[in-house]
Amino acid sequence: MKIDPRISLIEERLKGIRRVIAVSSGKGGVGKSLVSSALALTLARRGLRTGLFDMDFTSPASHIILGVGDAQPEEADGIVPPVVHGLKYMSIIHYVHDRASPLRGVDLSNVVTELLAVTIWGKLDFLVIDMPPGISDVVLDVLRLIRKAEFLVVTTPSRLAFETVRKLIDLLLELGVPVLGVIENMKMGSSDRIRREVEGRGLNFWGEVPFDPRLEESIGDAGRLMRTEFGRAIERMAAEKLGIT
Amino acid sequence: MAEAVIRTASQIAEREGLIEVTEVNVRLGEIQQVDLEVFKFALSQLKTQELKKARFNIRRAEARFRCRACGCEWLFSADELDEEAREAVHFIPEAAHTFVRCPECGSRDFEFTSGRGVWIESIKGVRE
Ligand SMILES: Nc1ncnc2c1ncn2[C@@H]1O[C@H](COP(=O)(O)OP(=O)(O)OP(=O)(O)O)[C@@H](O)[C@H]1O
Ligand SMILES: [Mg+2]
Ligand SMILES: [Zn+2]
Repeated sequence: MKIDPRISLIEERLKGIRRVIAVSSGKGGVGKSLVSSALALTLARRGLRTGLFDMDFTSPASHIILGVGDAQPEEADGIVPPVVHGLKYMSIIHYVHDRASPLRGVDLSNVVTELLAVTIWGKLDFLVIDMPPGISDVVLDVLRLIRKAEFLVVTTPSRLAFETVRKLIDLLLELGVPVLGVIENMKMGSSDRIRREVEGRGLNFWGEVPFDPRLEESIGDAGRLMRTEFGRAIERMAAEKLGIT
Repeated sequence: MAEAVIRTASQIAEREGLIEVTEVNVRLGEIQQVDLEVFKFALSQLKTQELKKARFNIRRAEARFRCRACGCEWLFSADELDEEAREAVHFIPEAAHTFVRCPECGSRDFEFTSGRGVWIESIKGVRE
């Protein structure tokens, strides 16, 4: 017998969290990291207790978007994440900094399990997760380990993106996992194909976020990010769809 | 991690219908460099009612790595690492892929064949 004691601790660690939102896609490069960062900032700015967990362990990005700097977690019978722009912030970068972390599936799975078991989030209204691309290890681990996770799915208008996104959605629906909604990011043109596909599956279409050429300049500056067209669109959607004031 | 071991041991005891646990066999992997005495002390402090009389047998599991590129196997020792890397591997063993390379070919594509984490091997106790 080989029983992993971490699993029993995870439930305890997540007990104080009201809602967990996994920002995912299946597809890479569609804007998950920017959406999750802007969503978490929106929630925190409304006075909600919010955490952001970057689960993209091989290519973390949220620390660059937020300009995390060298904030470090504290050890106290577990790990207490540092507070960055009002968010409790957890990422592998606290440990590997800007070095490469080449990890295979089994390693990714171990990192998710380890960090979920040791991170002390305390009481949170929302934990937002920046998910890696793909429908593999980390997605499966979130489904396995975080029973209360709700998925917010990001796509672009591209048929190529939606082909993969659709597979993730179908998988989540088949498992009966709550899908909060779908965001169509980098919108150019006026096709309503994605909206129809989403609503045709009985899901909530959160809306379109325009392609924003000024977005890149805001990376590293959380205040500026929230003033971009992108930031304001995410803020509007979150306020409306999550019913926060 | 002591907290996790106690929690899990209690859950197993309950599931197996043990009213009193007499023995818990634990393996403590060496990758994370957990101090054995500190770990034992933490366990004794956290013991719940059904574990009060339990003896915790803790056996170490040495930290062995195997390179997936060239097949080389070696014993890992955290003493070779600097402070920052040691701390990273202590919290997240997989950070070894960032700080350690195969001594033969330099690859970072290796697996832990022994010594990762803490796990419970068996539990003995008294049934009602
Ligand atoms: N609405 C937008 N307008 C303009 N550029 C955007 C928009 N959304 C995202 N981008 C750009 O697209 C790129 C990818 O964004 P991001 O890193 O958030 O995607 P991701 O889905 O997290 O990627 P990965 O799958 O690699 O994690 C970034 O360079 C970002 O600046
Ligand atoms: Mg990303
Ligand atoms: Zn090698």
